[in-house]
Amino acid sequence: MRLPDEHGRFGRYGGMYVPETLMSALTDVEAEFRAAQKDPAFQAEMDLYLADYVGRPTPLYFAERLTQHLGGPKIYLKREDLAHTGAHKINNALGQILLARRMGKKRIIAETGAGQHGVATATVAARFGLECVVYMGRVDMERQALNVFRMELMGTEVRGVDAGSKTLKEAINEAMRDWVTNVDSTHYILGSALGTHPYPEMVREFQKVIGTESRSQIMEKEGRLPDRLIACVGGGSNSIGLFYPYVEDTGVRMIGVEAGGRGIASGEHAARFQGGTLGVLQGCMTYLLQDDDGQIELTHSVSAGLDYAAIGPEHSYLREIGRAEYTYADDTEALAAFQRLSELEGIIPALESAHAIAYCLREAPGVSKDEIWVVSLSGRGDKDVQQVARIMGKGHLG
Amino acid sequence: MNRIERCFQQLKQQGRKGFVAYIGAGDPTLDVTVDLVIALADAGADVVELGVPFSDPLADGLVNQLSAQRALEAGADVPGVLRAIQQIRARGCEVPICFFTYFNPIYHYGLERFAQDASSAGADGILTLDVPVEEGSEYVKPFRENGLSTIFLIAPTSSDERIAKIVERTSGFIYYVSRAGVTGERTELAVGVKEQIERVRRHSGLPIAVGFGVSTPEQARLTASMGDAVVVGSAIVRHIAEGDGSAEHVAAVAEFVRTLADAAHASEPTQ
Repeated sequence: MRLPDEHGRFGRYGGMYVPETLMSALTDVEAEFRAAQKDPAFQAEMDLYLADYVGRPTPLYFAERLTQHLGGPKIYLKREDLAHTGAHKINNALGQILLARRMGKKRIIAETGAGQHGVATATVAARFGLECVVYMGRVDMERQALNVFRMELMGTEVRGVDAGSKTLKEAINEAMRDWVTNVDSTHYILGSALGTHPYPEMVREFQKVIGTESRSQIMEKEGRLPDRLIACVGGGSNSIGLFYPYVEDTGVRMIGVEAGGRGIASGEHAARFQGGTLGVLQGCMTYLLQDDDGQIELTHSVSAGLDYAAIGPEHSYLREIGRAEYTYADDTEALAAFQRLSELEGIIPALESAHAIAYCLREAPGVSKDEIWVVSLSGRGDKDVQQVARIMGKGHLG
Repeated sequence: MNRIERCFQQLKQQGRKGFVAYIGAGDPTLDVTVDLVIALADAGADVVELGVPFSDPLADGLVNQLSAQRALEAGADVPGVLRAIQQIRARGCEVPICFFTYFNPIYHYGLERFAQDASSAGADGILTLDVPVEEGSEYVKPFRENGLSTIFLIAPTSSDERIAKIVERTSGFIYYVSRAGVTGERTELAVGVKEQIERVRRHSGLPIAVGFGVSTPEQARLTASMGDAVVVGSAIVRHIAEGDGSAEHVAAVAEFVRTLADAAHASEPTQ
């Protein structure tokens, strides 16, 4: 069965939990998205920009030294870090801005955590000449100052959000408030596979290029499908993009890596499948970190892009049916992976992607050398180097 | 017939417009909320909407966000809000009380359990901001079974097709959101409200309360004239935020509410 269903549900997850004022806009977005999917001209336009502007296909790179170092499976990296703007976020931002143009919208808003989605949105807004406002938690603005400047350089207004934990969740609240107020003129480019229907589906469809490309690339290089797919999961867009084209290939294990923060026992983490419960946040029913009263809990991760209290609804579904597995890596493991990949491969990963690498460092030793793993290297780490330098005590760089 | 339905029936019989006051429960404390609701009823509020504090109130403007934050910091939670309603009833106040909430806190409490406990505490209705009619099928049942009105929003952006679906699930009254946007005070009233309300009337004979952006007695009078009642929230919440919760402060808030209620009650239907 094709999911989500007509109510935007993946099993019991997903749905449309939004104020009435947004319902007509969401219906319009969905209708335009369905029309665009069937429109060869839209697909041709997407393909053109994906190739010449984004730089797709991104390489599937055999990480030979990392593989040798770990002594286990052959590890391939899907190099989303080499896409324009340095992360997979551009795939979705491009798709949605082309939709917004079809709908005649003049103004774009977005939220951002790590800043990668904000940068991707600012980029396409500049390219297509649309007004753009990006909401960003004040804490994230500090730890991702470089990305704030990049957005501003491209003509986007970055609005700091001071509520709650001042991170991604609050930025989404503020973007929703803007949208509900300016719904006629504005399209909201949500950056992850979460929130209200049709976003989880739409974002997946624009991100599945990661999985589709990697599938044909691995077939070409190895003549068979991989044994495991590994990706970090914040909201879950790079992971669902990688996983989705393999869902029917039941021999391929799919592993999502959440942010373990300062450890699960500390309570300071963003691992929704470790102690999270079913609930509704920002438009969808899914697993959340919440307290006994149904209040959303503050999360922590060294990586701003994974620092979010809810997981995309399709991940909750894939976990429930046993198709995908979810684990976590903590801040320390992610930082070690950040360094190790830099040393071994000359590739500085984003701190988000470093969580997927951390899984390899932990799990690969002892696994058969005949296995093939494909890891989503969802973004590059330039944006994180100052923060990591600070953490490593290289204060003169921070 | 519950208190909300009786209230609107009486208003209709008297040929009067109603006044609905919103306050955030637990701001500054749940004890003060009990005093405030009673004082607001005495000051002429026909219905009180009681906000259930939530950590992520995405349909609210800054004034109500900060109110929810204060309430949570002061320890308000769902069981506490239910106890406050019990105390209001124990003190003999019979003003109709309607919850104004987000879905997650009541879903987490358990819908069935919440409906039962709300009913036995003495609540009369519920409006859940982030439950549109599409998600309403399982949601409505427990509340109706426990005698609570289920109130839904209708917005300027709601199509006729949607309005028809919404009114089917609505009881008590319709909450017409007079403008796209979040809760909060505005200096200008929304335009075209009268025409929009006539559009809603073609689908339903239920009373219509009009809200979002109303803050002064004059705005309350004008807005009430277009529907059956007017809702004022943020302007009252701002007055609550400016004091210390003392008896004098509660009395001052009630005095402000009296000016709004009097204006709404003095309102004549527009022709």
